[in-house]
Amino acid sequence: MPQVAVVQYPGSNCDLDALEVLQKIVRVKTDLVWHKQLTHDNYDGYILPGGFSYGDYLRAGAIAAHSPSLKIVREAAKAGKPVLGICNGFQILVEANLLPGAVLRNANLRFICKWINLRVDNNKTPFTRKMKMGQLLRVPIAHNEGRYYLEPEQIQTLEKNGQVVLRYADNKGDTTMDANPNGSLENIAGICNPDHNVMGLMPHPERASQSELSPYNNAEGRLIFDSMIETIRERNEGRR
Amino acid sequence: MVLKTRNQYRTVEVIIQNKPLARDPEGETIHRNLVLKGGYDLVTGVRAGKLLRMTVQAESGQEAENIVRRLCDDLRIYNPVAHSCEVRIVGKEDRITE
Repeated sequence: MPQVAVVQYPGSNCDLDALEVLQKIVRVKTDLVWHKQLTHDNYDGYILPGGFSYGDYLRAGAIAAHSPSLKIVREAAKAGKPVLGICNGFQILVEANLLPGAVLRNANLRFICKWINLRVDNNKTPFTRKMKMGQLLRVPIAHNEGRYYLEPEQIQTLEKNGQVVLRYADNKGDTTMDANPNGSLENIAGICNPDHNVMGLMPHPERASQSELSPYNNAEGRLIFDSMIETIRERNEGRR
Repeated sequence: MVLKTRNQYRTVEVIIQNKPLARDPEGETIHRNLVLKGGYDLVTGVRAGKLLRMTVQAESGQEAENIVRRLCDDLRIYNPVAHSCEVRIVGKEDRITE
């Protein structure tokens, strides 16, 4: 039976939302683990939730990236286990160098909290396998530093490896400038590592996983968690 | 017997800013809405950044600078993908400690 850890940092504030979705909606055994208590790689998958770890001091995610928990997460990633970073969790993974690039301050210098469309640009990853290519997911964003940046020449490598997983798009699925809320390079909202088992995204799928909590009566966010858990089940069966 | 040691405390500044290719909306806004509107047309650009001032116990300015430079790289004080990081000595201070 899959077992997942939601890693809690000082300043995490979306940890309980992720926990609830996994336990009550996806129905998978999930522990909330304080980052200093994550000392063994005993779980099948890890989620780094959103929030403001260490007050976002120095840079969002920069201090949490030195938490001993990242050593465990790094081992898990190396072993091929799925690791998902949401919002601040994405920033932590970038600062820990588990994902490439940087997540900078929003282009409009404001905290943005709104619902956006995500377009699935790679549905072969452990986090998107239950989606269709080009499918739109309606999920909210809530961040001040969400502007994904990578040196332009490296974007091509990312693209070639299928590492650009999710992009901000309009209702027709076009990645227009208007659909880009924070000035991210090439509308990038979510990326993964070259092995595809570590993904980070700025939007909050855990806030779009129960239709009764969505103004659009949708729950497409849960596809990310469903995909992740399906991947874990498959991995566990393969080991038997 | 109390041993008195003479320590030199050096002040080292670390300046972190976005690389030229990574846009800096804060600097752009200060430039456009404050500097240019205030009539300072000769100022053609503003980059905003972050300043860390560190006090380091070291024998020489060079040693202090080397320590800080190393820690900036080791601890990823800046994100090398998006930021440049400048380290410079700004002063020294003598203190007697017992």
